[in-house]
Amino acid sequence: MTNEELKTGISELAATAIIDEADANGWLTVNIEATNWLSFAQSLRTDPALQFNFLFCLTCVDWKTHLTMVYHLRSTIYKHELVVKAKLDRNNSEIESVAHIWRTAEFHEREVYELFGVNFMNHPDLRLLILPDGWEGKKPLLKDFEDPINMIRL
Amino acid sequence: MFEEVGTTTEGDLIINMGPQHPATHGVLHLVVTLNGETIKNVEPHLGYIHRSIEKMCESLTYRQFIYVTSRMDYLSAHINNHACAMCVEKGLQLEVPPRAQVIRVLMDELTRIASHELWWGAMAMDLGAFTPFFHAFRERESINDIMEETCGARLTMNYMVPGGVMHDLHPNFQRRVKDFLQLYKSKVHEYDEMVTGNVIFQNRMKGVGIISAEDAISYGCTGPVARGSGVSCDVRKHYPYEIYDKLQFDEILETGCDSFARYMVRVREMNQSISIIEQLIDNIPEGDFQAKTKAVLKLPKGEFYSKAETARGELGVYIVSEGGTTPYRIKFRSPGFSNLSILNRMAKGGKIGDLIAAMGTLDLVIPDIDR
Repeated sequence: MTNEELKTGISELAATAIIDEADANGWLTVNIEATNWLSFAQSLRTDPALQFNFLFCLTCVDWKTHLTMVYHLRSTIYKHELVVKAKLDRNNSEIESVAHIWRTAEFHEREVYELFGVNFMNHPDLRLLILPDGWEGKKPLLKDFEDPINMIRL
Repeated sequence: MFEEVGTTTEGDLIINMGPQHPATHGVLHLVVTLNGETIKNVEPHLGYIHRSIEKMCESLTYRQFIYVTSRMDYLSAHINNHACAMCVEKGLQLEVPPRAQVIRVLMDELTRIASHELWWGAMAMDLGAFTPFFHAFRERESINDIMEETCGARLTMNYMVPGGVMHDLHPNFQRRVKDFLQLYKSKVHEYDEMVTGNVIFQNRMKGVGIISAEDAISYGCTGPVARGSGVSCDVRKHYPYEIYDKLQFDEILETGCDSFARYMVRVREMNQSISIIEQLIDNIPEGDFQAKTKAVLKLPKGEFYSKAETARGELGVYIVSEGGTTPYRIKFRSPGFSNLSILNRMAKGGKIGDLIAAMGTLDLVIPDIDR
């Protein structure tokens, strides 16, 4: 599917979503409300014309005023790709987990949970993955995190 | 973590495999729940070698951060550097000279062979055969010598820079590579005689560690892990970069879905890489090895994503730029991290002895997972 066709298909699925023009990578970016993410994700996965079955990257960006969840999706059948972004409140960041739609999200969400403190609702196993026990509460990839003992800024 | 060792209320045994287990090739810690010999659950504990490379990169310039990435998947160092360099080039809209493109592809493919050689030897060693390791290292050694001569390093090369490669090829490069091709071709039949055709080896690999094609896609598997289940996912074919679209090579697909299929994908992939090197080694164009760039690189505001096929699968580099000299946020989508997530799914219900055979074919490199 070309970006134009994707745009029409997606605006039918999510009327309130704001779709940005293709970026430097040639991908459309769909900005959605965090509360709409789960139903939108489900339709992206199951819609017969879209079939985004491969979540190849899941991450978060700290903008100091808010967090942004970034999902990179691909359809291995139609070879089209898409970026979905959801803005989160920095102090009370939570969003629905998509681990049951794309199983790869289970590990990626655990990583984002410990490094950014995003709470993924209905995640099957939301625990620390990389950081040692006792690190709860400290979020290393947030911009205001400084560790005086283990300096990670070069 | 360690207090979990013991028995559960149902009488299942919980054991720790790692972080210093010889079959995990690095500091991977698995907590395995066993009912007799049967695996009920495998849970990876990561982070023993986590260096927070993503955070480090936020304070490094676009020239500097590439050096750190050699330390992620250290067996595919060139390809890591390559993916990062491509991402910066995308931001700068920089054209890479043809000579540099060919050099990059040559280095990538040599790296792929070296990585698969090491995996092949270590895989056989996991299953109790020590001899193949030395055979694999004999060939790998000559690749390392080639790298040392041109790049000055044997493992963390740091040879790719934005705009091309750091310096020109060593005058001996072509001769050395041709010697290597000759050596490889005279020895490759030993691999099949020693391991592939071995009945004991086949019995231990076939039907073990089944990954269905749907699971491979859902768990985000890429590289030989997915291709062993018949999922076509070679970045070099689907999203060609540099000169890969002009080269003759096949994407190796196997449909066995088991450990043996993944083994065969890697062994056959080495031959494809050899064929790519043969096509290029006498056709390295003359010209610049590096495009002219400014001393200080500044990426425009925006987001840039590049992907490359490492020996383990699809490596993605995602840079968020605010227009400065350092990335605002950088994310590495490492193939090992996604490939590891399927371990519990594939090992559950199998025997503890098969866990080694199944995990070995995932080809995990722990610094790639931990970053």
